Amino acid sequence: MDRIEKGRFEWVGANVSESEGITRPSTSYWRDAMKRLFKNKIAVFCLFAIVLISILAVIIPIVSPYTISEQHLTHTNISMGFKDPVDGHIHLFGTDTLGRDIFTRVWSGARTSLFISFTAVFINVIIGIIYGGISGYIGGMLDNIMMRIIEIINGIPYLIIVILLMMVLPAGVMTMVIAYAAVGWTGMARLVRGQIMALKQQDYVVAAKVMGADTKRIIFKHLIPNTLSIIIVNITLAIPSAIFTEAFLSFIGLGVPLPHASWGTLANDGVKVFQIYPSQLIIPALYISITMLSFNLLGDGLRDAFDPKLRR
Amino acid sequence: MVKYVGKRLLYAFLTLLVLVALTFFMMRLLPGDPFLGEKVVPETTLKALNEKYGLDKPMIVQLAMYVKNIFKGDLGLSMYYNRSINDIIAQAFPYSFDLGIRSLIFAAITGILLGVVAAVKRGTKWDTAAMLLAVIGVSVPSFIIGALLQYFLGLKLFELTGIKFFPITGWNTALSKILPSFALSFSSLATVSRLMRTSMLDTLGQDYIKTAKSKGLSQKKIIIKHAVRNAIMPVITVLGPIAASVLTGAFVVENIFSIPGMGKFFVISIQNRDYTMISGITLFYGVFLVAANLIVDLLYGFIDPRVKLVEGKE
Repeated sequence: MDRIEKGRFEWVGANVSESEGITRPSTSYWRDAMKRLFKNKIAVFCLFAIVLISILAVIIPIVSPYTISEQHLTHTNISMGFKDPVDGHIHLFGTDTLGRDIFTRVWSGARTSLFISFTAVFINVIIGIIYGGISGYIGGMLDNIMMRIIEIINGIPYLIIVILLMMVLPAGVMTMVIAYAAVGWTGMARLVRGQIMALKQQDYVVAAKVMGADTKRIIFKHLIPNTLSIIIVNITLAIPSAIFTEAFLSFIGLGVPLPHASWGTLANDGVKVFQIYPSQLIIPALYISITMLSFNLLGDGLRDAFDPKLRR
Repeated sequence: MVKYVGKRLLYAFLTLLVLVALTFFMMRLLPGDPFLGEKVVPETTLKALNEKYGLDKPMIVQLAMYVKNIFKGDLGLSMYYNRSINDIIAQAFPYSFDLGIRSLIFAAITGILLGVVAAVKRGTKWDTAAMLLAVIGVSVPSFIIGALLQYFLGLKLFELTGIKFFPITGWNTALSKILPSFALSFSSLATVSRLMRTSMLDTLGQDYIKTAKSKGLSQKKIIIKHAVRNAIMPVITVLGPIAASVLTGAFVVENIFSIPGMGKFFVISIQNRDYTMISGITLFYGVFLVAANLIVDLLYGFIDPRVKLVEGKE
């Protein structure tokens, strides 16, 4: 092949700004996580279901023509979709043994159950962050002692502690919250501690320290925001466990006192008659299961969304 | 190794002390007097009763008596049944233990199998199905599963076919043990299978699996000899907490299936505010589960050589 003369080549120049340009639009960690969450159809659907159940739990007991303890003695134990020809009462989910409208009761139960689990988990998170944060940030001997305390509490099955507490405290909705919150925080505290311990060693925290940032700034600017995603995932997974505990306690007779209704007490009432009227158990059972399932699936979705390793 | 065992023993002992103190002070904190009921009790009877149960002595003496009795293995008298709690436990616990151990074994074996299958066939229908089962298992409480099984497999199947496959209640024939054990094991099964899948995926990504593959080992050998044996470690650590959840979960499952185990007594004692019985059963379960945790911890120390290594470095 002949030699190609140098003069036949032309230098087109280099577009420096283009080659160094960022093709991908810059997003923050949170925006990216949310984007990925909303791509996950199952998680979005679950989030929607949770929001819907929460809103309806507030609205339906208000707009319902019946109260939770109102008895209709002329039609007890009727089946779903009943309409009384005489007084025109409609009972969507039927009535129970005492003639109370199950539709109203199950939504009112949703209110009680969700209130208990949300509040209890909220308290857990606050205690967990403070306890775990102190333990992880200060470290050393204090951390050692604080973690041993958690280990001892964890050694006792939490349901046993909750049952003991429920016996001592006066029956009520807040008692349930207190009893669950008293033992539920250990998991959160451990998680926060582990995360803080790992973050503390990171170069950017050391750099901030070297540049003279005070403890408050390091905690609020660096440590807490980076722990938040783990906390959020844990909240969504802690709520179903709180719902389960409430249902379990109500089921063994330690639930919220009358006139309150909760999903657990409804299921307990349903079990007594369920070989004859199965819908009285199946309805609260479905509510419990669907809500717990939604929270669990949403939690899984959030965990995937927050995981930077899965970022594409 | 000695240090590890010693540390575990110390924690178990401390946990028990906390549990004893907890039950003692809670029972004393309870509002009201155990002997004041609907009937009016004469002053002298009350005094005699208080003397009998040692309630007239100062708190510290009561605590000492309580601890002494517990170390002797005496849990006291049930206020409702007026029977020795030890007797009641001796009569009822074998049923609960039988139910619990069946559920635990079923949950562990099926859970591990499901987890392995899901991990090996990652991303396929098998994986999706196993994980769907797992998430349902975590989301549906055991008492609901129990009641549904009872209705569909116990009642409806009998009505449809006329053959009694599964008795609805009781705990005598082999068939009657299937439904309660399954209902109780479902959530633990789910936990085990999820954990096993994660751990198995983690293990399958390790270098020594690649080495085994490049050496030309068959897939079966790699999974059984290299992957499962290592991946099973985290599952062993959760067996303690799972035993706890199975035993406490048995309270409700026993109630649904009318099994004459501890659950029945526990629920009745709660409904009747039979405080001595509640604290007695609580303590018994506490000791039992702390012991189970201890065994699991020690077992882990023996099985996993890395535990020895880490402890040695300290």
